[in-house]
This record gives sequence, C-alpha cells and structure tokens, in this order.
Amino acid sequence: MSANGKDLRGKSAIVGMATAGMGEAHGFSAMELLGQAAVGALKDAGLGLKDVDGVFAATSSHAFPTMSVVEYLGLRPRFFDGTNVGGSSFEMHLLQATMALEAGLCDVALVCYGSNQRTAGGKLVSMSEPQWHETPYKPRHPITAYGLAASRHMAEYGTTRGDLADVALAARDWANLNPEAFARGPLTKEEVLDARMISDPLTKADCCLVTDGAAAVVLTRADRAKDHHERPAYVMGVGAANYHRSIVEMPDLATTAAVDSGNRAFEMAGVSRADMDVVMLYDAFTINTILFLEDLGFCPKGEGGRFVQDGRIAPGGELAVNTNGGGLSCVHPGMYGLFLIAEAVTQLRGAGGDRQVADATLALCHGNGGTLSSQCTAILGTEAAL
Amino acid sequence: MTAPETGASGPEATYNAFLAEGRFMIQHAPSTGEYVFYPRVVTPEGATDLEWVEAKGTGTLYAITVNRSRQGAYNVALVELDEGVRMMSTLPGVETAEIGTRLTARIEEAEAGPRVVFDIAEGGAA
Repeated sequence: MSANGKDLRGKSAIVGMATAGMGEAHGFSAMELLGQAAVGALKDAGLGLKDVDGVFAATSSHAFPTMSVVEYLGLRPRFFDGTNVGGSSFEMHLLQATMALEAGLCDVALVCYGSNQRTAGGKLVSMSEPQWHETPYKPRHPITAYGLAASRHMAEYGTTRGDLADVALAARDWANLNPEAFARGPLTKEEVLDARMISDPLTKADCCLVTDGAAAVVLTRADRAKDHHERPAYVMGVGAANYHRSIVEMPDLATTAAVDSGNRAFEMAGVSRADMDVVMLYDAFTINTILFLEDLGFCPKGEGGRFVQDGRIAPGGELAVNTNGGGLSCVHPGMYGLFLIAEAVTQLRGAGGDRQVADATLALCHGNGGTLSSQCTAILGTEAAL
Repeated sequence: MTAPETGASGPEATYNAFLAEGRFMIQHAPSTGEYVFYPRVVTPEGATDLEWVEAKGTGTLYAITVNRSRQGAYNVALVELDEGVRMMSTLPGVETAEIGTRLTARIEEAEAGPRVVFDIAEGGAA
C-alpha cells in the first residue's frame, strides 16, 4: 500500500444521489426526509434498499445515527460507520466508504443525512456539548467562535466587513440561478452591511440559513460504477486534519487545518488547484469561504478578502465557488457537508441547469466541522479525470 | 515511565478549587518548561510532571467578539497569557477592545461562581 491512500484514488464512485425537503418540509421528521433522500439516491443508481450493505450516517439529532437509519429503512448492513466530525462527517464518510468498498467489506455504500430543523423550531439543532473552561463566559457557539476567527483575520490581514459581504453576495447570485435554493432574490451590499449585528463582526447576513433538508449518495467500486450511472463521480482523493475541539485551542485563529486536509487530498488525487472546475466550501459563515480559499491554496494567505472582491467567485467570475448558493443562500440544515457533495455530483453530471459550469471535470468539496475544528477535503472527478 | 501524579482530585476540579480561594493558578511542567491551560493531565509534549503555579495575570487580547441580543451585549475574548497559553474570558469594563491590547486579570464573582476576567492594563491600549 502506497502512502497517503494513493492506492484508493479513483477506486470508488458516487453512482446515485438525491436530495429531499430542501428549504422547508412542513410536517416531516428528520428521518422521514432522510428516508426519501436515501430511496431517491438508490433509485438514481438503479438499486434498491436490499442492495445496501454499507451504511454511513451522522445527524444532528440521533445519538446512534447508523442504527436509526438501518432500522428505519429495514437494512441489514455488514459494514457501518457513524463517524461524527460535525459538518465534515460526510466528506470523511466518502473515505471510509471507499476503504470499506475496496476491502470488500461492502459492495453498495449509502451515505445519508436528514434534518427538519427549520420547520421543527427554526433554531440550529446541535448535540455539541459545552466546554467547561468556556462556560463561565457564555459563548453562543457556533457564531461566537466564527466571530472570534473573523476578528483575528481582520486584525492580521486587513480583511473588511465589505469583503465578508462580497462572499454573501456571490452566494446569493449563484442561488438566483438555482431553483432549489431557499434564499433567492436581489441582495445588495448595503443590505448585508446594515443587517443586524449578532456577534461582531458577523451580522445575520454573514450567517448561513437554517433550513430543512436531506441528502444521500450511493457509492460502489469504480469497476462497476458505469453499470449504475452513465456519469459516475469518482472519488479522486480525500484528506482530513483536526487539531482542536474548542476554539480556544485552535493554534492560529486565522489559519485552519484545511491547509493540511487540502494538501493531503490534492496529493492523493494527483491534481492541482488550477485543475478545479468547481469549488464547494463549507460556508456556515462568510469568513469560512475566505479562510478556506486561502488555506486550500486558491489564493495566498491573507489575500482571501481581496480575492472575493469584484465578483471573482460569483457566476461568471474566475473561480466557480459554491455554485448551489452555498449554506448562505441555498440550504443549511445543521450539518451541510453532504450538500456540498450533492452539488459537486450535479455539476460533474452536467445537470446544473442555469448554474452549470461548462465541462466540469473536477470538483472540490471542503467540509468543516465544529468550530473550525475538523477539516475534510474531498476531490471528485468525472471519468475523464481518472 | 511513571504514572501521572494523582492528587485528591483532577486538574479541572483543582483549578476550580483554587479559583474559589481567590487564586488564578495554571499548570507548569518543569521537565519541558511548558505552561498549560486549560488544566489537564498531560502537556502537548507528553510531560506529566505538572505543577500548579500562580498565573502572572498579564496578557494580550488575541481575538474578541461581542455577543448581541435583545437581552443586551457582552464580549467574549480570547486572551494570550504572558506564559504563552490562551484562555477564553471577557472584558467586563468595556464594550470591545482592539486586538493586541494589554490586559490584566482579576477574579470576579459571577452568578455561576468565580471566574477570571480581564481589564485593560494601564496604558495598555493597542
């Protein structure tokens, strides 16, 4: 076995994908939405529930998500993995599923997520436990942590609230091309800057949506992928890095572990930044997009704020970032990581409609979990990328 | 290899007990020279010869945000202590402050018990 998982490059593929309950799904539970997405993804792959023998899941509302999914869908898996690294769980599941498939521990892997947190209460649902050394200061995570990181990035690199606003505007411009996006319509820089301040320097317009939504993908080994879908999305590389849990312990608040997860993913995939046609970044807050553009190497450290100016990441710009409208304007049901993958698959299939990136061959999905804690980068590609 | 020293209670409880006595204590490992916060049983380098020492009580503002809601506003800060470790805290005397501002610690009696908070040091503005 060669180093850094290189032997796993291109060995698995996403052959089925579906979403359900995007935005608002009144009257549906999280598991009902997850079930709809799972059935849809299997149908997309020409498979049924009985074919699934590997289950990968994490949710915001189940302590034992794989058990709950297995029971609800009547599955009998021989491999299951409930790795929970927050919103980045699903990028990690792509790696776990690829390893399990390649080892012959399963043949059909289902990765799934569902949440009804908008219609169930409208507040972010999280099982995240308080950190005892933080509790006396009443942080309101996650936004407190991201506000702290933004304050540090501004102080170190001169990033401005206007730069953060440009991220929100680009996301909205993409959402306006996506009929499934929840927040559509005109948005001005003034509206973003004048929005209610929640945790300095982040306003309500710097925060992701709280929506309902479910997504599921089905993976098989690459050698049988074409039997299930004419345009499989091959898993080219996945890299992960994690250094902290509490924002207090993050070594440098202006630089994330995405530096390492990205390098690992690019090395495994054997491709470069310039090869990326679509870049999906976990934008729970506007500062995330700036941090990840820098840390994944799409611009020099500290230049992220200037990079996002002048529509550079908006439709028609230099780099197609968050083409679904992102967590900021498309969908964000608590854990967003699987929706990055769903959009990448859509683009690699050429099924993006008005927002389609021409000849998309390689897409990067960068998941983020906790308070800029777990970082997982996955690179997907079409057959041409193999 | 020797097992970690175990006292009457673990580092978290010991820190809180010191705080209740009005003392701001942090851990130090003589074998590596490392200071540690929040308190734990091993240093990042793997040292377990942790001793409690009085914190100098001086530091620099590393990051800050202001939590705003209908109930009011308060800041949440990350402070880099001069010993080189970072902690979450708050600056109760000001709405916010510039990153790099020099700070001094004091123990405040909050509703939930004593906590370490910071004031801007004399001539400490960044």
